[in-house]
Amino acid sequence: MPRIVVDVMPKPEILDPQGKAIVGALPRLGFTAFGGVRQGKRFELTVEGPVTDQILEQAREAAATMLSNPVIEDVVNVEVLAEDAGSEAAAEDLAAPTEAE
Amino acid sequence: MSETPLIGDLGGTPGAPLSGARIGVITFPGTLDDRDAARAVKLAGATPIPLWHADSDLGDVDAVVLPGGFSYGDYLRAGAIARFAPLMAKIVDAANSDAKLPVLGICNGFQILTEAHLLPGSMIKNDHLKFICRDQTLRVENNQTAWTNQFDEGQEITVVLKNQDGQYVADEKTLDELEGEGRVAFRYVGWNPNGSRRGIAGITNAAGNVVGLMPHPEHAVEPGFGPLGADGHYSTDGLGFFASVLSRLVEAK
Repeated sequence: MPRIVVDVMPKPEILDPQGKAIVGALPRLGFTAFGGVRQGKRFELTVEGPVTDQILEQAREAAATMLSNPVIEDVVNVEVLAEDAGSEAAAEDLAAPTEAE
Repeated sequence: MSETPLIGDLGGTPGAPLSGARIGVITFPGTLDDRDAARAVKLAGATPIPLWHADSDLGDVDAVVLPGGFSYGDYLRAGAIARFAPLMAKIVDAANSDAKLPVLGICNGFQILTEAHLLPGSMIKNDHLKFICRDQTLRVENNQTAWTNQFDEGQEITVVLKNQDGQYVADEKTLDELEGEGRVAFRYVGWNPNGSRRGIAGITNAAGNVVGLMPHPEHAVEPGFGPLGADGHYSTDGLGFFASVLSRLVEAK
């Protein structure tokens, strides 16, 4: 089943208390290289059948109206995950959609 | 749906003309404080009308309370899924109509009102990341709304505060507008318990019929069961919210 991935992040100007707590805890485990952490959300929308432009548009609309709150969050990514994708690298770029099976 | 059973003897429930007022208390999956809200309505002398989120109509109520809790487990964002409940569309329409249905959102109810765009801004996790439960003093900044008109301007009241996602945020422009238009209804006194911008505890819409706040007035309506007030006596300051809406409803009749 093809999946559409939606990534949502807290707006840059909004304090992210969860990210702050994480960045405070990292050095305790010896991870000292990271000066900041921001925690976002990743949604995977499973599609029955091929991902058409119309379905993608629906995903974008859902991302803007329900999956994110524009007061505090930005939708930073909406993309189709290749069916056999095992990694991010296999994700298809929406700017050049390939023929879905 | 039958009336929500209330625990305890409410003997001597004020009769008077006000008991005719019907105040809806909406329950979503995960709502916790609907019983307390219904009880507060009754103690104030009105008739609580239980509403279910999936109902298709408002049942002819004169006002609506969105109580606290964790609707849909706070999944996605607090209030984000409840906002799309069938009854919410009716509430948004009624609140924006000429009739200006009075709507009070408490805690999770406030979060739902912001998600539904009846009130601006949003709530994020408390800045200290902990769930907090305490007796909290608030200052009434606007005593002209449907839910605050029985308070004095600047009056300090004590009610319970209990939440995890209580940090009120909005962009600077929105905050300036809220302040400029007198739409900050309540501010925290003495301590900002969750990092809310400008110490904002509650706000109102421009018309004054929709009010949302994080603290819980419905838990401060009975001597002996509420928070300890600044004067060392158990606070029943929460009753003022319900007395206010009854007063507004009587005026409107």
